[in-house]
Order: sequence, then C-alpha cells, then structure tokens
Amino acid sequence: MIDFEPSEEQQLIVETVRQFAANEIRPVARDCEESGKLPDGVLAHAHELGLVSNALPEAQGGGGERSAVTAALVAEELAWGDLAIALAVLSPGLVALPLADFGSDAQRAEHLPRYLGESYVPGSLALVEPRFGSDPFRPAATARRDGDGFVLDGRKCLVPWQDGDDVVLVVAAEEDGGAAGFLVPRGQEGLGATPERNMGIRALPTVELGLDGVRVPASARVALDVAALVTRGRVALAAMGVGVARAAFETARDYAKEREAFGAPIATKQAIAFKLADMAIEIDAARLLAWEAAWRLDRGEDALREATLAYDQVRRVALQAADGAVQVLGGHGYIRDYLPEMHLRNARGFAAFEALALT
Amino acid sequence: MPISFEPTENTRLAREHFRKIAQEQMRPVSRKYDEQEHDLPREWVDWYWKNGRGAAPRVDGPADGMVQVCVQAEELCWGDAGLYLRTPSAALGGAAVAAAGTPEQKERFLASFRSDGHPVWGAMAITEPSAGSDAAAIQTTATADGDEYVLNGTKIFCTAGEGASQVEGGFVVVWATLDKSAGRAGIKSFVVPAGTPGMKLVGCEKKLGIRASDTATLVFEDCRVPKENLLGSAEVKKRDAGAKGGKSSTKGFKGAMATFDATRPIVAAMAVGVGQAALDYVVEALAAEGVTVRYDAPPEQLTAVERDLMRMEAELQAARLLTWRAAAMMNRGQANNLEASMAKAKAGLAVTEITQKAVELLGPPGYSCRHLVEKWMRDAKINDIYEGTQQINQLIVARRILDYPSSMLR
Ligand SMILES: Cc1cc2nc3c(=O)[nH]c(=O)nc-3n(C[C@H](O)[C@H](O)[C@H](O)COP(=O)(O)OP(=O)(O)OC[C@H]3O[C@@H](n4cnc5c(N)ncnc54)[C@H](O)[C@@H]3O)c2cc1C
Repeated sequence: MIDFEPSEEQQLIVETVRQFAANEIRPVARDCEESGKLPDGVLAHAHELGLVSNALPEAQGGGGERSAVTAALVAEELAWGDLAIALAVLSPGLVALPLADFGSDAQRAEHLPRYLGESYVPGSLALVEPRFGSDPFRPAATARRDGDGFVLDGRKCLVPWQDGDDVVLVVAAEEDGGAAGFLVPRGQEGLGATPERNMGIRALPTVELGLDGVRVPASARVALDVAALVTRGRVALAAMGVGVARAAFETARDYAKEREAFGAPIATKQAIAFKLADMAIEIDAARLLAWEAAWRLDRGEDALREATLAYDQVRRVALQAADGAVQVLGGHGYIRDYLPEMHLRNARGFAAFEALALT
Repeated sequence: MPISFEPTENTRLAREHFRKIAQEQMRPVSRKYDEQEHDLPREWVDWYWKNGRGAAPRVDGPADGMVQVCVQAEELCWGDAGLYLRTPSAALGGAAVAAAGTPEQKERFLASFRSDGHPVWGAMAITEPSAGSDAAAIQTTATADGDEYVLNGTKIFCTAGEGASQVEGGFVVVWATLDKSAGRAGIKSFVVPAGTPGMKLVGCEKKLGIRASDTATLVFEDCRVPKENLLGSAEVKKRDAGAKGGKSSTKGFKGAMATFDATRPIVAAMAVGVGQAALDYVVEALAAEGVTVRYDAPPEQLTAVERDLMRMEAELQAARLLTWRAAAMMNRGQANNLEASMAKAKAGLAVTEITQKAVELLGPPGYSCRHLVEKWMRDAKINDIYEGTQQINQLIVARRILDYPSSMLR
C-alpha cells in the first residue's frame, strides 16, 4: 500500500538523531568548519547511538537491522546538522558496509569487529578520481595481477582520512575491465596521501591518494559490485543533500520572518515568500525520490536508475535552496557569521561526491 | 504502516483497467475532438456512460483509497485530458455536493449519475469576468425570496458547463454572495439543476488545449432555485467580515475552499498523466533512434538529450510522489492543505515544462499535428492555471510554511 509515513520505530530514530543534530552537531558546526577539525566528543557520542553499527551483521556483533530507508532518514537529519560532521559520523560504513555486502567471511571476521567496538573508528573509501569525467564505474586506477597478489596504480581524491584506522578500501579496474575493491594498509609502500583543501566540508579531513605500484596480497581483494556501491552511495548522498537543503531553507525562512524592510518582514513580500515556497516544494519532492530509491534497495531490487535520478535532482535542489538562502539573507548571507554561505559551498560538493556515504 | 511505494493489487488492477480504456477508447478519437472543438465527443461519452462507469476489477484486500483515485485520473488523462473533462460525471460539482451536502441533497442531485438514463454532467461555477484567483471578490448575488433564492450574475470558464446546464439531470454548483457587505462570510454555493429558467448558456470558449472540454459562459438572470438547494449553512456571520481570514465567520467560504484540498491532488494526477503520455512518446521515439539514457555514465559524459530525459523523468516522478503523498494523507484523515497545494504547484509546472521539452526534443515531428505530442503540450498548460494558478498555490504553500494568515501575504 502506498504510504509515506515512517514506522513508529523509524520516527523514534529520526527524533533521536534530530535532537542529536540540533543539540550537538549544530552548535559546533561553524567552529569545526573554520578550524578544519572534527569534534571528537560528538563523533564518540554518535558512535554510542549505533547509527552505523545497527546496520552491520549480527555475526560480527552488529545490530543486523539494515535498511536503506532508515539510513536515508538518519542521513538527512545528520546532514541537516552539518554535512562534514555527518559524513564523519557515517564514515565507518564506507568500509564496513561494502565488507558486509561483498566481503569474504575472513574479511568480515578480520575487519568488521573494529567498527563495532567501544570507540568510534572512522572508515576510508577511495573511489572518486581527480580528473574531469571521473567515472566510478570505470576507474582509471588499475589493479594488475602479480604473482599471487595485486599491484595498484592510479590516483584517488576526496578520500576521507581521519586518524584512528589503518586501512583504506580502494576501488580499481582489473584487467578484465571490471572493478574491484582492495583493502590497503594506510602505511603501505607506494601509497602517498596528500591532505586536500576543498571549497566545503572543511571539517572532514580528506586526501588525494597516489597509488604507485602498491602491492597487496590476494586476500586484500573485495569482490565489489561497483554499481551496487554507487547506487547505495547515491541514495545516501541524495538524503544528505535533502538535509543540507532543508537546513538552508529553514535558516532562510526564520530569517525572513524576522528581518524587516520597507516597514514589514521581508517574508510578507511575494518575491521572498514564493522563493521559500518553491524551496519547500522541491525539498519534499526530492526527499520522496530518495526514499523511493532506498525503498527499492530494501526490497533487494536494482535501484541504479531511481538512485541516479534522485541524486541528480538533489544536486540541483540543494544548490538552489542554498543559493536561495544566501539571497534571502542578502548581504548577511554572504557573511560567515551565518550558515547559508556554508550551505552553498557544501551543496555544490554533491557535484563531485560519489559514495562519500553509503546506505 | 511503513513507508511504501508499492501500490496495492487493487491499484495495479485499476491502473491496468483505465490504461486499457485510455488506449482503446480515448486515443483513437483524441485528435478528432481536438479539431472538432465544440462537438460532443459522442464515441467517448456514449461508451463511457454505457461501459465505463463500473468500478475497475478488484480483489479482496487492501485499497489505496485516494491514491487509487489519483491513479485513475492519471491514466485517463494519459489517454486524453480533454475527453476526461468531458466525461459524463458529477465532477467538481459532485465533489462540492459530496463535501457539503446533506444526505438528502446527495441523493437528490447525484442519483441521476448512477441511473440508466442518458449521460449527465455536473459542474462548478466560481470564476467570473472580474474575479478569478480572488474568488472572494465574486459579484454574483443570491437573494432570498420566499422559499427560493434568486441568482443574478455571470460565470465564465465553467468546465463541463454546457452539459451541466443543458442536459436534464445535471447541475451546476454556483458560488454567489448572499450579502456583499459581509465579504467572504456572505459567499455560499447553490445547486442549479440543468434547465432551470434564468440560467442561460452563452457559449463555449475556444482554447489553446483540452478542446474536447466544454468551457462555458453562463449568465444567471433572476434564476430561481429552492432554498433546499443551498449547500451548507445559510447563516451569514458578519462579525469581522473581511477583516481577518481564519475566524469562524468565514467558515462557509473556508469550507468551500477546503474541497480544493481533495480536488487538487486529482488535478495534479491529471497533469502527471499528460506528462507521462509525452514522456513515454519521447522515450520510445528516441530509443528507436538508438538514444537511451545511460544511468551509469558520469554526468560530464551525458549528452544534452540524456540530461533532458533524466530531468524529465525525475521531475515527473517528483510530481507524482507529491501527489500521492497528498492523497495518502487524506486516507489517514490528516489535514493536507499544504501538501495538496505543493502537489498541484509542482505538477502543473513540471508537466508544462516536460511537454514543452518533449516537443523540442522531437524536432519537426514534435511540432507536427500528425502526432499527439504538440497537443499534449497545449493540454498540459491548463494544469498550471485552473484549480488555483501556480502563483495561488505558491501563496498557499508560503502562508503555511511561514504560518501567516492571508492578511499578511496576499
Ligand atoms: C479551461 C479552463 C477551465 C476552467 N474551469 C473552471 C471551472 O470549472 N470552474 C471555475 O470556477 N473556474 C474555472 N476556470 C477558471 C480558473 O480557475 C481561473 O482562470 C483561474 O483561477 C485564474 O483566474 P483568472 O483567470 O481570473 O486569472 P487572475 O486571477 O486574473 O490571475 C492573472 C495572473 O495573476 C496571478 N495572480 C493573481 N492573484 C495573485 C496573487 N495574489 N499573487 C500573485 N499572483 C497572483 C495569477 O497567478 C495569474 O498569473 C477554468 C479556466 C480555464 C482556462
């Protein structure tokens, strides 16, 4: 039956995450962005909430409650708080979820418990490449068979790179044209990590990764389905884009009711009010597209088309909402004391992101 | 019930049923009645009256309620939006009677629509030459006289107004004011049965699209209806007339406006149907030329046509989902004023753009009257205008999200 109401359990989760985002993420978001540092205490608390571990397999101590719809609900709320911090909170999933889906028993046994322990352990996935036309389905990075192992070459970027873990999951093309994942120790010879500075998500440390003849044993290979990985990434990012857009919209709406010009709140002018109305409509519509794609994933269906359409739509909607918010605040929107300029920089990032979070 | 995008088996059956009707009964005469603008589309009207009124096949099990109603409207407008509006049914007039009428009124006015007699139509007449979006500014008057009300005024753009005013058994729901000095509080709706003396059909409009639909001008000159034909309460509470929208004094007007919360999702669904028709056509025509969307290609590598198609698909589905959400809320008994206007605003604009893009993508064949795409572009535009224009629905959304009364945002 067609219905758009989250289950009671999901509503409870949403409420918890919403409180967390409002009370813990928002207050530190601007400082983190300016200092380029993540808030360790907030990440530790997020870990206690089990937002990632709930979805991991029970066999390794996870909650066994994988749901892309629930993940989308959570991702939106976190990103509403702050995109960079949200990506950090969900980063353990960047390694843990692909291993849960595609890893061997041995790989799961070796790696998953790390993300399910007492303390927060970040994850690191290298998919995007620093070139025009970066194509997650056909990476330019290569994995060549060599004896009973592989040699990796190529370059990656936008790779989350927080302290606290010692592997990175690298996606590279194999000789048969397909792509696979490779678990690479961060200290491996031939692996060079250069810290990045991007326009937005500055609180999240990311690196450009050079792979120069990096050797890994055969046991490091993860038989990834890249299409599935990208699909799950697009659903997660679409939900996060909705969160960013909603944050921008709410900031603009509240400001417009306060700010007066020509003797009345600017929200009483149609030029402002209609812009806000359009934002609200587009955000709700985009959210439903993201949910539909997530719902398909939960049914075990291929959802590449729906996820791609949703993500494509969200890229536009988030950017327009953020840009609209800057405009509604006028000159104040351009100033870093207010959030919209940050929303604008973060929203544009979805044009470059791919699998920076997973469901 | 969790979030679910899966229609029930009953909705699936209904979609199939109405798609077949659209395909077999509407499409073949679609162009004909686009060209023969003011002719009654006999084939459709007679077929529908005889064979189309029955419910879709159904199985025991859950139903999607209003969502299924939207699916029906979508499929029939995928067939032909003009013919859909010409379907012999109580339509918007029926919605008004159903929402505000007493059981006695419902029986009296709606029985003919279930009968075996000849086809009948219902209509709703709000708009006047000098009052469209601002429905509270209507000038048509109703004056009590003994057991009757006497109506005087002019109504324009009345969908199905020819059938509803002329064919016995039908009716027009007419908005008129009992007391101009009372503002909104004075506005009431009256059921005027077809053939009532004093209700005159002046003629039908020539239009950009939905040409199979009879858009009538009706003049009321000392048109008398029994007092039992008033929908809702006759009481005019003048207290703070026109000063503040939102108090009980305006309940009658507001009540009437509230029927839009139920009809806007249906109009949005109608829009989606036209958009889907155009999109299906374009996707098929381009696929025949070897052009398909690569969902797994990086955006930078997509052609302009692929990008256009992706956008059209996403926008159409976005409109459909907003529509279904507004409908699903009705199933739950939730207030959906905001969501109904969101759906209508989104669907009206999205489908206007999608059909215009479809003509563009197809080039000369898109522009040619040998194919229906150019017609769908003309048909689609009305969805951005009636049942509250794009701007009026934006206004409603804006008031809701800002929590402003109408006096603060007009
Ligand atoms: C084919 C067709 C069928 C119709 N069927 C029916 C029917 O069955 N029954 C019925 O009663 N009516 C019907 N209508 C009338 C329709 O609902 C009106 O045309 C519509 O509400 C707009 O009113 P208007 O044409 O007077 O435009 P106006 O109200 O004059 O509006 C003109 C422009 O100004 C904008 N505008 C108006 N007010 C505002 C505001 N406050 N803020 C910002 N912009 C504003 C409008 O959006 C529009 O763009 C039909 C119309 C057509 C064309």
